[in-house]
Amino acid sequence: MTTRIFSSGIRRREDPRLITGKAAYTDDVTLPGMAYAAILRSPHAHARINSIDTSAAAGMDGVLAVFTGDDINAEFNPVPCAWLVPNSDLKTPAHPPIASGVVRYQGDAVAVVVAECRYAAEDALELIDVDYEPLPVVIEPDKAMCDDAPQLHEDAPNNQAFHWVMTGGDVDAAFDDADVVVGERILHQRLIPNAMEPRSAVAQFTQATGELTLWSATQNPHIARFLTHVVTNLPEHKIRVIAPEVGGGFGSKIPYYADEVIAIFCAIKTGRPVKWTATRSEGYQSTIHGRDHVEDVELAADSDGNITGIRAKVWAGMGAYLSTAAPGIPTILHGLMYSGAYDIPNVKADVYGVFNNAVPVDAYRGAGRPEATFLVERLVDKLANELDVDPADVRRKNFIPAFEDGHDVATGLTYDSGDFAMSLDMATEKIGYQELREEQKRLRAEGKYIGIGITTYSEICGLGPSQVAGAVGFQGGLWEGAIVRFHPSGKVNVAIGSSPHGQGEETTFAQIISHELGVDVDDVNIMHGDTSQTPMGWGTYGSRTTAVSGAAVAIAARKIKDKATQIAAHLLEAAVEDIDYENGNFFVKGSPDQAKTIQDIALMANVAWDMPEGVEPGLEASTFYDPPNFTYPFGTHIAVVELDKDTGRIDVNRYLACDDCGPQINPMIVEGQIHGGVVQGIGPVLCEGAVYDEDGQLLTGSMLDYALPRADMFPEIETSSSVTPSPHHPLGVKGVGETGTIASTITVYNAVMDALKPFGVEKLDMPLTPEKVWRAIHANGKEN
Amino acid sequence: MQVETKISINGKDYEGEVEARTLLVHFIRDVGGLTGAKVGCDTSQCGACTVHVDGVAVKSCTMLAVQADGTSVTTIEGLADDGDLHPLQEAFWAKHGLQCGFCTPGMIMAAAKLLEANPSPSEEEVRHGLEGNFCRCTGYQNIVRAVTEAADAQKEGAE
Ligand code: FES
Ligand code: FES
Repeated sequence: MTTRIFSSGIRRREDPRLITGKAAYTDDVTLPGMAYAAILRSPHAHARINSIDTSAAAGMDGVLAVFTGDDINAEFNPVPCAWLVPNSDLKTPAHPPIASGVVRYQGDAVAVVVAECRYAAEDALELIDVDYEPLPVVIEPDKAMCDDAPQLHEDAPNNQAFHWVMTGGDVDAAFDDADVVVGERILHQRLIPNAMEPRSAVAQFTQATGELTLWSATQNPHIARFLTHVVTNLPEHKIRVIAPEVGGGFGSKIPYYADEVIAIFCAIKTGRPVKWTATRSEGYQSTIHGRDHVEDVELAADSDGNITGIRAKVWAGMGAYLSTAAPGIPTILHGLMYSGAYDIPNVKADVYGVFNNAVPVDAYRGAGRPEATFLVERLVDKLANELDVDPADVRRKNFIPAFEDGHDVATGLTYDSGDFAMSLDMATEKIGYQELREEQKRLRAEGKYIGIGITTYSEICGLGPSQVAGAVGFQGGLWEGAIVRFHPSGKVNVAIGSSPHGQGEETTFAQIISHELGVDVDDVNIMHGDTSQTPMGWGTYGSRTTAVSGAAVAIAARKIKDKATQIAAHLLEAAVEDIDYENGNFFVKGSPDQAKTIQDIALMANVAWDMPEGVEPGLEASTFYDPPNFTYPFGTHIAVVELDKDTGRIDVNRYLACDDCGPQINPMIVEGQIHGGVVQGIGPVLCEGAVYDEDGQLLTGSMLDYALPRADMFPEIETSSSVTPSPHHPLGVKGVGETGTIASTITVYNAVMDALKPFGVEKLDMPLTPEKVWRAIHANGKEN
Repeated sequence: MQVETKISINGKDYEGEVEARTLLVHFIRDVGGLTGAKVGCDTSQCGACTVHVDGVAVKSCTMLAVQADGTSVTTIEGLADDGDLHPLQEAFWAKHGLQCGFCTPGMIMAAAKLLEANPSPSEEEVRHGLEGNFCRCTGYQNIVRAVTEAADAQKEGAE
């Protein structure tokens, strides 16, 4: 094999089944005797349930059973929150799988019907008679903490779910001594993640053995199994969770949901396999939302533009209950990133988690870090405006100098490696920044308005190590297991605990094996998603699959190589130290033509006719890799937007992403991740956002009403990369799943604000729809 | 009300008594057992369910099975010619035009008709032509590349 396989954009091995329509997602699973569940959801955002009459529905043809909260909550435990952020006075009100007594958001489950077909199940929902007594509602996170706000949970006074404070340095002194202070109120509207595959679950319970199998559209089947045990009390070894093909997640398929629990309950009670699949509109009311921050942010600097401090007060909407990872998002994954790419000695995050009458919030691509990058980069731009200097220059002045093996920042993190000035130089040169600024001036004179936005970010990826997970209250580990197994014929199975769902690790992990052991990628099969066939692992999120699970695969491959070297030495009658390895061949130094291939060795290890003394048969290795630190990808993005001042319309004319995620195993896949992330991040700037009315009705309750990015909204995204390896990862890789989203929201937002500068518009809340922009331009009546 | 419905899907007849309100996409998936066409929404926005009905690209969630009675339907499973991938399938694979793959069957079926109507679309025309199909993974860029590449391949094949 001569082709270079590492850093090669080979075609994805998962694609043949996907492009031919043969791949099976959860809703494609059909079992003999399967019944269908449909869930009745509250039309009210907050109401007392006086009574529920299910008799008419239960009597309908084709209906097998109807259950309410009284049935399920008597037997199952509440759905838990699994990120218990310490020192934050965290309140975790019980979240029953089906509401009992009170509903707290529009979409809260009230009852479930199990029927012979999905149409019958949905028909029967209409016959359930619920007597609701509406209660007052609160939606905005900051208002929910006011004294007179309606209360969601008795045990969470003032609707305060937690209060978390992080300080580094002496932030108050920095502000007292500052020459310049800039600040702003930033609103991050709620976003609806909208993975294209709606959530779905199929539950099958075998009474005779007590075994439960759950097919679930999840990003982390092992967590789902553990939490299924927690909620149902079924023993964990009798629970098998299968994440078959999963159609995107972006964080929305991390949480463990009530709906899966309901499907399991229905399967146990009816003795039939039960499928539940959300309709899209149902998903809008029952799958987590993202963001929902109100932030008051400030930056302090001296008159030369040296940043001396950043502080923020944040009200983060949690929705009506705490979803699985929710408390960790606006705290650990947000506040700890306030240093960005800069040397800022004093930082403070003061974060309130707040219950509001809305769908629970949890991780959505970037999860806390897009909001952190947004506030840092927004403030840096404001500082540049205030001092009337170029935004690129303020950044250069404040960057952390290049470092290769660790740099401590004021938030307490240790970045692994980075070179921000190099990244900014690369991006500004590539896009022709100076020329763009000149063009901007020229166009303004002609009455045309373009804006330029720049972001240099550092982000935190590869969530791990487990010790940190424990210290920050994450109720699990953050390591990953991998098993590499050679069969007698030399073919390889690799089982991983993480659970890719579009990121392409069936290809990139085969590339790792190929790179480490010289086998053809087509001889490697990557198994994931089925807890009965894979080692424990914590899942695919936080850009951690390649960074953590990929490291596990590489280390397991290296263990195989060590054992293979021992066997080769024995077969070649040489000392282990005298064996060289190259590209799948093991040979005595200087005699490469007398090599034993890895396949020869796999056969010998499996038949074990002639093994070195004390070496076990088989060629298999397993690893549980717990990373020593996070990884920190970084980069610079630049956007150029054009403003049509007569209509308020914004067009993105150019977008350049220069990212550094370390060495790239498959550049084609890396680029795809960046494209997707960038577009997902621009959506909320231009068009996207969930809207609730004051009664808590979700006005953007369907794909018709919620504006998702479409193909015709974007120019070709330009990409470029630098390579700064992570010092602690066995392959140096850092992860790339979220960089696009983390950078693009603020990059485009700052570009729009730059375009609006001549009109005296300094602040607008996203999404920047044409109407909003047009009104802002005309409200000031200022135009130069 | 049950209605006798017969639809040819990918050249094979499927017959069944279905409720009059059964959506074509459910007929294809449940009666036909062909799960390539996906249900991504309930408001005809996403395009994941796109199939060809008598040669026209149709969002199969917007049509009743009974309306398709007697028609000939092609789904993603029927696009490959005797096991040879359609140029669009090839191009989506080569250009990394998919990640999770959920939008892909609908995207390819919609693109196939786009290319029939306009064999050499510009990038912008592709973007406009695929307005009715959502993808959340790819940011559309590699889908656009795939469609223009398939257009080139089809032209070369025709020469
Ligand atoms: S399922 Fe048909 S358009 Fe979405
Ligand atoms: S590939 Fe996932 S939605 Fe398009």
